Amino acid sequence: MNPVSDLIKNLADQHGRSRHNLLPILQGVVEQEKYLSEFSMTEIARELDLPAAEVYGTATFYSFLEHKKMGRYIIRICKTITCSMKGKNQVLLAIEDMLKINVGETTPDGTFSLLQTNCLGFCHKAPAMLINNEVFTDLTPEKVRDILSTYMKKKGASYDN
Amino acid sequence: MTISYQLKRVDFIFKNENDWEDVLSKSISRTPQELINELISSELKGRGGAGFPTGLKWKLSSEEGDDTKYVICNADEGEPGTFKDREILSRVPFKVLTSMAVCGHVIGAKEGYIYLRGEYFFLQPELNKAISEFEYYCKEINLDFKIRIFMGSGAYICGEETALFESMEGKRGEPRNKPPYPSSYGYMGKPTVINNVETLAHTFTIFKYGAKRFYDLGVQYSRGSKLFSVSGDTPKPGIYELELGMSLADFVDEFGDGDTKAVQVGGASGFLVPRKRFNETAIGFQGKLTGISLPTGGSMMLFNSSRSMFNVLDNYLEFFREESCGQCTPCRVGCQQLLSGIKAVKRGEKNAQYLDKLMRLAETMQYTAKCGLGQSVANSFSSIVENFREEMIY
Repeated sequence: MNPVSDLIKNLADQHGRSRHNLLPILQGVVEQEKYLSEFSMTEIARELDLPAAEVYGTATFYSFLEHKKMGRYIIRICKTITCSMKGKNQVLLAIEDMLKINVGETTPDGTFSLLQTNCLGFCHKAPAMLINNEVFTDLTPEKVRDILSTYMKKKGASYDN
Repeated sequence: MTISYQLKRVDFIFKNENDWEDVLSKSISRTPQELINELISSELKGRGGAGFPTGLKWKLSSEEGDDTKYVICNADEGEPGTFKDREILSRVPFKVLTSMAVCGHVIGAKEGYIYLRGEYFFLQPELNKAISEFEYYCKEINLDFKIRIFMGSGAYICGEETALFESMEGKRGEPRNKPPYPSSYGYMGKPTVINNVETLAHTFTIFKYGAKRFYDLGVQYSRGSKLFSVSGDTPKPGIYELELGMSLADFVDEFGDGDTKAVQVGGASGFLVPRKRFNETAIGFQGKLTGISLPTGGSMMLFNSSRSMFNVLDNYLEFFREESCGQCTPCRVGCQQLLSGIKAVKRGEKNAQYLDKLMRLAETMQYTAKCGLGQSVANSFSSIVENFREEMIY
């Protein structure tokens, strides 16, 4: 069986198959796969016995439930007012320069995706960003280059395994 | 008119959590009626921004006849400029859990949920640990109350209470029509009390020390203390607990950088106050007889004279355009039009009078949008355009 189908079945066993279990299941798939493919959404619809359109409608409402293929590390940099005032653009340029991608793109090796997001709730330590679920604050171009280097090494390590 | 309430620091929220077991067992030995009266006499109002009296909220749900009821802690902290709820959940989680269980006892609910925004996913392990310890104690004292975390997935609108229920039910986070209100028809159509994280932390203080201790702080109609999230052009950004009722001038004296041009009170959905109005503006709930009172969820963003108010408004409107759920036309189309409108004026494609047209559009949104998001866009829009009109044009 397809590994995504297995994952969805396990998630449904764990959370339940009612409508109110839909969000945790969608989140579970995104945690593993980084995004919801059309296949995932129709599989979830089948597993929960819901119209696929309903699953699609819910999934596409939430900004953290991506529905296009994403990299292993999703960078979300905050673009709301305080982060913008405190140098978000310079940090963003440093990231784009280092990864050679623009906002909305994924590196060709599928390691990083770069997105902007709304207020992360770290205005007192602006600018801030998330890489997957980890928060980084008080960013500067130098600091963000160090952080990304660490992630690139992590990637190297996992390729050795 | 000058208001002369001094800025008073308070230290309740982040202190004295250790005896939560004691507070919990003592509180649940009291009758629901006693606890409701305690809350009502404290005059605590919701700390998420809307300011509904907490005691009344609990009372209304307690009067519903249903067997199944819910207590929900709203931790979908998404308003630009606020970051206090995360701090409460990571530093004094047991205060919040205790108050949820006491609320369960008051209204007759056996299940509680914490709706945690997706951005705060990293809080989950620690919070789950606290919940396990809490539930273990509940079992010991034979209190049947379970708490679970429900994760959001990046949607500002889900902080609106009925959108939050929709989201928990596995749907798009689109606000419902009100009435019916959550007290009778909330999560899964059942009577539900939904409180902001900070509100629950304050109810802990009230149950621990009694209503008077809380009521003695603040001013008429705005009792107690409140956490303020201070950010922007300030030498000391951070979280501060202050008595309500202070004047904005005193606030700026304490937190400004000496060159404060304006303060955004209440986040993107709040009001921008220019320097000339600092003296006459107080921070608290409406109803005070002197001056202007601005309620706030605690977001205080300071701007100094190097900031363009056009850029500020542009940033807010882009935020609202993205976060509007798109369900009702005034908000969906209104946010888009306001944003493209101010850009057109700035580029000189529309003349300055077009700003007046946009002001009327914002006003229309205030009356016709379905929920607080669309209704409150006019707050920041009108207060910025009125006070900094020339910056919008040139």
